[in-house]
Amino acid sequence: MSTIVSLPDQSTAALPKRNYLNAEHGLLSWLLTGDHKRIAMLYLISITGFFFLGGAFAGLVRLELLTPAGDLLAADTYNKMFTMHGIVMVFLFLVPSVPATLGNFLIPIMIGAKDLAFPKINLLSWYLYLVGGTFTLTALVLGGVDTGWTFTTPLSTHYLNTHVITTGLAIFVAGFSSIFTGLNFIVTIHRMRAPGMTWFRMPLFVWSNYAASILMVLGTPVLAIAIVLVVLERTIGLGVFDPAKGGDPLLFQHLFWFYSHPAVYIMILPGMGVISEVIANFSRKRVFGYTAVAFSSVAIAVFGFFVWAHHMFIMGVSNYSALVFSLLTMLVAVPSAIKIFNWSATLYKGSITFETPMLYAFGFIGLFTIGGLTGVFLGSLGMDIHLTETYFIVAHFHFVMVGGMLMAFLAGIHFWWPKMTGRMYPESLSKLAAVTTFIGFILTFFPQFILGYLGMPRRYHAYPADYQVLNVLSTAGATVLGVGYLLPILYLAWSLKYGEIAGPNPWQATGLEWQLQSPPVTENFTEIPYVDYEAYDFEWLAHKQKQEVTTVG
Amino acid sequence: MVATQPSDLHEEHEHEHVHLPQHRHHFETEEQQREAASFGMWLFLLTEIMFFGGLFMAYLLYRNWYNPAFVAASHTLSIKLGALNTAILITSGFCMALAVWAAETRRRKALVNLLGLTNLFGIAFLVVKYFEYAEKWQDSHVPGLKFSIADFGKLGVDMAQKTQVYYSLYFAMTGMHALHMIIGIVLIFWYMVRANRGEFTEGYVAPIENFGLYWHFVDIVWIFLFPLLYLIDLGAK
Repeated sequence: MSTIVSLPDQSTAALPKRNYLNAEHGLLSWLLTGDHKRIAMLYLISITGFFFLGGAFAGLVRLELLTPAGDLLAADTYNKMFTMHGIVMVFLFLVPSVPATLGNFLIPIMIGAKDLAFPKINLLSWYLYLVGGTFTLTALVLGGVDTGWTFTTPLSTHYLNTHVITTGLAIFVAGFSSIFTGLNFIVTIHRMRAPGMTWFRMPLFVWSNYAASILMVLGTPVLAIAIVLVVLERTIGLGVFDPAKGGDPLLFQHLFWFYSHPAVYIMILPGMGVISEVIANFSRKRVFGYTAVAFSSVAIAVFGFFVWAHHMFIMGVSNYSALVFSLLTMLVAVPSAIKIFNWSATLYKGSITFETPMLYAFGFIGLFTIGGLTGVFLGSLGMDIHLTETYFIVAHFHFVMVGGMLMAFLAGIHFWWPKMTGRMYPESLSKLAAVTTFIGFILTFFPQFILGYLGMPRRYHAYPADYQVLNVLSTAGATVLGVGYLLPILYLAWSLKYGEIAGPNPWQATGLEWQLQSPPVTENFTEIPYVDYEAYDFEWLAHKQKQEVTTVG
Repeated sequence: MVATQPSDLHEEHEHEHVHLPQHRHHFETEEQQREAASFGMWLFLLTEIMFFGGLFMAYLLYRNWYNPAFVAASHTLSIKLGALNTAILITSGFCMALAVWAAETRRRKALVNLLGLTNLFGIAFLVVKYFEYAEKWQDSHVPGLKFSIADFGKLGVDMAQKTQVYYSLYFAMTGMHALHMIIGIVLIFWYMVRANRGEFTEGYVAPIENFGLYWHFVDIVWIFLFPLLYLIDLGAK
């Protein structure tokens, strides 16, 4: 099988003497760093930790569902498990996953800047993330929380004795971490682009992170105030959501979903950016319809703010508003489809090679499409009544978030790993991991669509025996999926020491980041570049490489 | 370069450099740094608008539903104290604007004094607010902790209960506003120390300018809160 990987001669190659990893030494040089690349690595380590924690909760949930009886976990323990799984995965993994790691590392380099606009605020946001994470762990150790990740009132305010306040504070603080990341990205992208780097020369990864940043900056504060009101209601008894005092519990859901629906676009948009980069590079073609893909990110961000009530169709919102929200929900499918079709058109007549990032990207396209289309089912009012609060909805958002986002995250990690560490990961093992993840994923979540359609409700620890076969399949799939996630962490750690030297541009890619040494130096550029070529201009790259050969020869 | 206050020879010398000491190396120019900081501050204020926006949304909803309760409960607030606080806060904002001017025209002592005055009025606002809260406590108008509908008998029991939503919003909105004031006051003390060292009167005024934006934003929130909470349907009183 052909490949575009070109590594330097391993017998003579070495990592660059000076790079951001060895510029300073000692723990404090990491904990007090302002370097966006180091902060990205700090984030990568911490979100990986929380990912496996969240995964452990999911494992317990799946294990309980292996048998119809509620035998492994008591009902309230089970409730705590799925709640902690949701909170950890959503707020501590998915929201920061791509932006805080890959985005942090790459956005300044991709636009030709030396750092993000506010390096100290960038470091602060990592610490806020850690504080949020610590609060979550505290709530867990103290006995957990069982509201579900949605904190629905009055359940969360009146009827539970678990640690809602601690968890609420955790999410409040972690929210500020995400606000500051988004704010930093927006200012950086507006004000720090290198000369010649116009908006329409930026890689699509930057566009999609920009769109996600808008959502972080505008959406997160609304979640913050909703949580503050829940905490005030639990602590001193204010009554904004309390029906006994005239409050409306539904208002909480409006405020909550005003953030939490856009939040799913915060999670998926940066992943779509990764896919654009990977697809373009491994088909050796400019992304088809660059402008349309760029604007579709912004369109998703804008539409994303006007669809929140589709989470509440059965909660007693008026029929007329449900009608409007249903229509708007289906409109989101348009920009999402633009992306899928344009990626497919990019593949058309491209010189496709199947390196690991590309395998993950193919996984993303297939699984995200299924996840997106089932979203249209749920957006239709009649179907929603039957399908909502069943396993269908669980399968739907896991197809988007795990099948989509996690695939994109892994595609990005593999694609930029040589840039971040200077070393390649083992190719065949990583392909095995990509395929294992895909198979495990399908096996885990496809049965859940059927379960949901048959009527199995979500969030119960026991179920009628009829559903057992599909649940066993799902649990078996989760085991395979777990292996698929453990493999990368093992061989990526291995590659840090034993991986092949990658050289500056192993993929023959066009982005500014690939024109630098791997790993880059602190402050990225010794001289700020002048950008006079479009994104994904492979002819420019070929021309440049030819010239380098002639000058040397 | 026009030195209006040649107070310190050393500081003068510092200013002769091409780069200010505060210029961060990852910015190409000082102008780029200043623009980035100011843009960042405006974006932060946008997040603040969304934060308070959730509360204003709740207010809009409940005032439409429970207008009689809102009118009656609103009339228990002291318009005099509210108006006094509005005046105090506007004065504080005026001092802040003058402080920015003092930083731009490089008057170190004036800057420190004006920041001090800004803070003094800010603290005065909180003191008045404390007396208002204390009055609510005495009248049993604090939902959840100490509440009775005794004052609202003529509304009927059902609507009288809804005054709790009004007071919940009153405490949530003015409480969040006061929290922003407290954060601002702490920051001003820190800026006063730094201003006294002459950090902001040598051409590097961005922190004072941007903090000024924050302080004015907090003022503006109050400008909306005062009529919405205190001045409902005065004719019905």
